[in-house]
Amino acid sequence: MKRISGLLVIVMLLSVFAFGCGGGDDENTPVASGIAVEGDVINIGVFEPTTGENGGGGMQEVLGVRYANSLYPTVEINGTTYTIALKEVDNQSDKAAAVTAAQSLISQKVVAVIGSYGSGVSIAAGETFQSAGVPAVGCSCTNPQVTLGNDFYFRACFLDPFQGTVMANYAIDEGYTTAAVISQNGDDYSTGLAGFFKQAYESLGGTIVADETYQTNESDFNAILTSVKAADPDVIFCPSSINTATLILPQISANGIEATVLASDTWENAAIISDDAVGVVFSTFFDEKDESNPVAKEFVDGFKAYLNSDPQNITWNANTDTVAAVSALGYDSYMAIYHALEALDGKELETITSVDIRDALVDVSFDGVTGAIAFDENGDAIKDTAYLKTVTEESVNTKEFQFVKTQSVADMQ
Amino acid sequence: MTKKTKLICSVIAAAALIVLLICSYELTDSTSMLRSVLQLGAIYALAAVSMNLLNGVTGLFSLGQAGFMAVGAYTFAIFTIPVDKKAGVYYLYGVADGLADIALPSFVGLIIAGLMAAVLAAIIGAPVLRLKSDYFAIATLGFAEIVRILVASSPFNRITNGSLGLKAIPGFQDLFGFIPAYFVPFIVVALCIAFIVLLVRSSYGRAFKAIREDEIAAEAMGINLAKHKRMAFIISSFFAGISGALLAQFLGAVQSTTFPLAMTYNILLIVVIGGMGSTTGSIISAFLVTAAKEWWLRFLDVEHYIGDFKVPFMRTGFRMVVFSIILMVVVLFWRKGIMGNKEFSWDGLYNFFTGKKAKKAAKAAEGGSIVE
Amino acid sequence: MDLTTFLSYCLTGISIGGIYALIAIGYTMVYGILRLINFAHGDIFMMAAYFMIFAMVDFMIPWYLSIVVVVIATVILGVVIEKVAYKPLRSAPRMSIMISAIGVSYLLQNTATYLFSALPKSYPSIDVLNKRITIGDVSTSLVTFITPIITIIAVILLLMLIKHTKVGMAMRAVSKDFETAQLMGIKINDIISITFVIGCFLAALGSILYFTPRPSVFPLSGSLPGLKCFIAAVFGGIGSIPGAVVGGFIIGLSETFIKAAGYSEFSDVFTFVLLVVVLMFRPTGLFGEKMAEKV
Repeated sequence: MKRISGLLVIVMLLSVFAFGCGGGDDENTPVASGIAVEGDVINIGVFEPTTGENGGGGMQEVLGVRYANSLYPTVEINGTTYTIALKEVDNQSDKAAAVTAAQSLISQKVVAVIGSYGSGVSIAAGETFQSAGVPAVGCSCTNPQVTLGNDFYFRACFLDPFQGTVMANYAIDEGYTTAAVISQNGDDYSTGLAGFFKQAYESLGGTIVADETYQTNESDFNAILTSVKAADPDVIFCPSSINTATLILPQISANGIEATVLASDTWENAAIISDDAVGVVFSTFFDEKDESNPVAKEFVDGFKAYLNSDPQNITWNANTDTVAAVSALGYDSYMAIYHALEALDGKELETITSVDIRDALVDVSFDGVTGAIAFDENGDAIKDTAYLKTVTEESVNTKEFQFVKTQSVADMQ
Repeated sequence: MTKKTKLICSVIAAAALIVLLICSYELTDSTSMLRSVLQLGAIYALAAVSMNLLNGVTGLFSLGQAGFMAVGAYTFAIFTIPVDKKAGVYYLYGVADGLADIALPSFVGLIIAGLMAAVLAAIIGAPVLRLKSDYFAIATLGFAEIVRILVASSPFNRITNGSLGLKAIPGFQDLFGFIPAYFVPFIVVALCIAFIVLLVRSSYGRAFKAIREDEIAAEAMGINLAKHKRMAFIISSFFAGISGALLAQFLGAVQSTTFPLAMTYNILLIVVIGGMGSTTGSIISAFLVTAAKEWWLRFLDVEHYIGDFKVPFMRTGFRMVVFSIILMVVVLFWRKGIMGNKEFSWDGLYNFFTGKKAKKAAKAAEGGSIVE
Repeated sequence: MDLTTFLSYCLTGISIGGIYALIAIGYTMVYGILRLINFAHGDIFMMAAYFMIFAMVDFMIPWYLSIVVVVIATVILGVVIEKVAYKPLRSAPRMSIMISAIGVSYLLQNTATYLFSALPKSYPSIDVLNKRITIGDVSTSLVTFITPIITIIAVILLLMLIKHTKVGMAMRAVSKDFETAQLMGIKINDIISITFVIGCFLAALGSILYFTPRPSVFPLSGSLPGLKCFIAAVFGGIGSIPGAVVGGFIIGLSETFIKAAGYSEFSDVFTFVLLVVVLMFRPTGLFGEKMAEKV
C-alpha cells in the first residue's frame, strides 16, 4: 500500500510538472549582455582540441594563434594599452566535453573566442558562446551549421558546400567521369563534404560508382578498397581526418588502385607525405609559397622561425617546419579579433564588452594570410578561392606540397 | 536516533540542499563554471543511478548505457526541434515527411525519450537477459555500438540526419513562470532519482538485491527471475533515456559520436567510485568526477610560470593523464568507493562521528556483502 | 564478382582475421585465468607500435633486432601493468578489476597523447615484409600472405605448450579452479605473469603484422582493433584458445564479405548482430565451456 501511494505521489508530481512545462513554453531567451573587460587585460579564449581524434590539427591551429599573440600582444583603445591574454582550453574533440570546455572559457571572462578545429565541437559550443554574448571566430570548422542561426559565431575559412563543389568541378575539369566516395560514419565533416561532392559531381554529369563508409578509428581499409578497385573509378574522393589519411594512402597503393585520390583541407599536413601519397590532390585555404600576398609571405617567414624556436613546437607540427593552413587560419582568426578591437578605438564606450567586439567583428575587413577577410550576414568569411595542392615525387624529399592552381567559385556558378 | 529526529534531520538536509542550490544560482552570474558543472553533474548522476540500478542493485553487468542514452537523446531531439528550424538542421538530406511539422513541448519529449529507450530495452531484453554475466555485458555493449552506428547510417538520414547530427535542440525553459530554467534539470533528476530510490526500497528492490546476491537462492524463494530482471532492465533504460534527453538539452546538439563506448565507461567509473550498489554514492561521485574532470583539473593543461621558472610537465594533455592516475589510485586503494554498498543514513553518519565503528561493522556484516 | 576480386577479398579477410586471432588469444587467456576482460590489451597493442617507431626510427636499430626489442618492451609493459593494476585487486570484486583495466586503458591512451602528440606517426617500413608477391592475378604484400601462417604456427606452439608442459598444466589447473590450484602448490602469481607474457608477446607480434601494411600510429589506433578482437574472443567462447582463433577468422572474413557486398556502413552492425545471435544459441560462445551452476 505504502509503495503504491509513493508511486502515486510521484506520478502526481510529474503531471504537475507536465502542466507547468506546457504553460511555460514561450521562448524568452534574455538578450545577452556579454562580458566586460576588467582592468587592462583582454582575455581571448582558444577553444581547440589538443587531444582526441582531432588533437593534432587542433594543436597546429593553437600554434598559429600563439604566434599571432606573440606579434600583437597589446592593443590600444581610447588611450589605454590593454594586454591580450590567451586562455587555452582543450575540448578533446569530444562533443560532450566541448560544452563544459566552452563554459570554462566563459567563466575565465574571455571576451572573444578562437576555434575550433572540427565543426562538431563548434556546433556544440556555439549555444554557450551565444548565450554568454561572446563572439567566436572559427578557424577551420567548415560545416555550414556552425554559423547558421548563431549571431555570435564567425569563421575565417570557406564552407563544405563550397569545398565539395570545388573538388567535384576539379574532377570534371580533369576529365574524370567516374568517382568513388569514402566517408566516415558518424562524422559530420567527412559525411557532409562527401554529400556535397556527390550532389555537385552528379549534377555536373559524373557518376558515383562506389560509396563506402568506415567507422571512427578504423585502420583497415582493404575490404572497402577491394570494392573500390572492382568498381574501377577515375577518382576517389576521401574527405577524412588526418589519421585516416595516413592509413588509407598506403593501402590504396598496396591494393594497386590507379585512380587519383582527391581530398579536403584536413589533408594538408606533412604527416601524409610519402611515396604512396604521390598524385593526391586536395583543396586548402592557403599556399605557403604564394608570393603574391605580402602578408602571407611575412607570416610564413616569421612562423617558421617561431616553430624552430622550440623543439616542442616542431613535435606538435608533425616534425617539420612546413606551415599548415590551419595555423594560418588560427593566425587570421586572431587578427580578425585584433582588428575588431582596434576598431573600438575612438568609440565612446564605458567599458569594452564582448558584445561590442561582436558588433565590431561584423564590419571587420583586412588582408589576412589566407586572403582578404570580411564576414557576410551569416558570419562566414567571404572567400571564393580554394587552393588546390598536390604531392609530387619532389614533395617526398622536401616534405612540402606542390601548388596546382586556384579554383574560385565564380568559375562554376 | 528516533524516527522523528531522523525525519527532522532529513527535512533540514533537504532544505539545506535546496538553499545551496538556490545560492548557486543567486550568487553566481550566468557565466559561472559552477552552474554548468552542477547541471552536467546532475545529468550524469541520473545516468549513474540508473546504471547502478542494473549493475549495482540487481547485479546485471550491463555496458549498454550509452546506447540507451543515445536513443533517448535522439528521440528527444527529433520530436522537439522547433518546426521553423528543421529546414536548417536537415539542410543536406531534408526532413522525413511525417516529422516536418512536429515539435512537442520538452516535457512530452522527455517522456517519449524515456519510453523509446524502455521499449527498445523490452525488445532486446527478451533474448539478451538469458545470457550470463560477462556475456550479457558484451551483448549490451554490442547493442550500444549498433545503436551508435545505425543512428548515423544513411537509411535514417531523413530522421536522424545521419552523420551530421541534430542541432537547435531546445534548452531548458522556465517553469511555471517563476522557476528559472537553471533549476529544471535538477527537478527532473530529483524526481527520477526519488522514483528509483522508492523502487529500490520497495519489495521489488529487495527482490533485485536478492537476485544480485544469489540467483538460485532468489529463485528458490519464489522470485520470478526473468520478470524481475526484465523489469530492472526496462526501468534502468527508461531513466537512461531521460538522462540522454537531458544531456541533449544541455548540449543543444547531438551526434552519434556524442555517445561512444567511452561514455559508458565514464558512467561505470562514476558508479564504481561512488560504490557499487549505493545510490547516494553514485550521486555524490557524479558531481565529484564531473567537477574534477571538467573544472578543477583544467589548470593542468596550461603552461604555468612561477617567475621565470616553467613548471614542468604542464602542457596540453596532462590533465587527462592526471585524471587517469587519480582514477587508478582510487580503484586500487579505495576500492569500495565513496559509500561502499551502503546508502546514506543518519545512523551511519551518527556512528561515523561518535566512533561506533563496531556496531556499524556488525550491521554491515548483517546486511550481507556485495556480490563476488 | 570475378575470381580475382573474390580471391583478394578472401586474402584480405584471412589476413585481418589472423591478426584478430593473435590479439584475441591475449584476451581469452587472461580471461581464462583471471576472469578479467583486459580492456587495456588493445592499448598495449598500440604501445607496441610506438615502441617499434622508437626502436627503428629514433635509435636506428635494424629491423630484426627491433622486433626483439619491441617484443621485450611490450612484455615488460604487460607484466608491469598486471603487477601494479591487477595484482592488488585479486580479492576485490570483479567489477573493480574491470574498472582498473579501463583505467589502464585510459592511462595508456592519454599518456601516449601527452608524450607523442595526437598526430599520426608513420610506422617504419620493414622491406622484407613489404615485398610484393603475385599469386595468379592477385598481387599482395608478403606480410598479408604470411600473417595467417604465423598465426597458425603461433597457435599450434601455444597449444603444445599448454597441453604438454608443466607450466601449461598449471595454467589449465588455475583456469579450472583458482583456489584449488593454489592449494595444490601452484604459484598463482607466476602463472598469471606467464599468461600476461604470452598475451603481450602475441600482441607485439600482431602489432608488427598489423601496422606494417597500415603504417600509421596514433594514440587511439588500438581501440577499434581491440574491441573487434575482444568480440572475436567472446564469439569463439572466451577462455578457449581455439575458439579465439576461429572467432578471429570468422569476424575477419565476415566483415570483409559484408563490405564486399556493398554494405560497408553496416559491417560492424552485422558483426555485433552475429555475436548476439551466436550467444543466443550458444550462450558461452562457439567453443566456450558450459558453465556449471554451483548451488
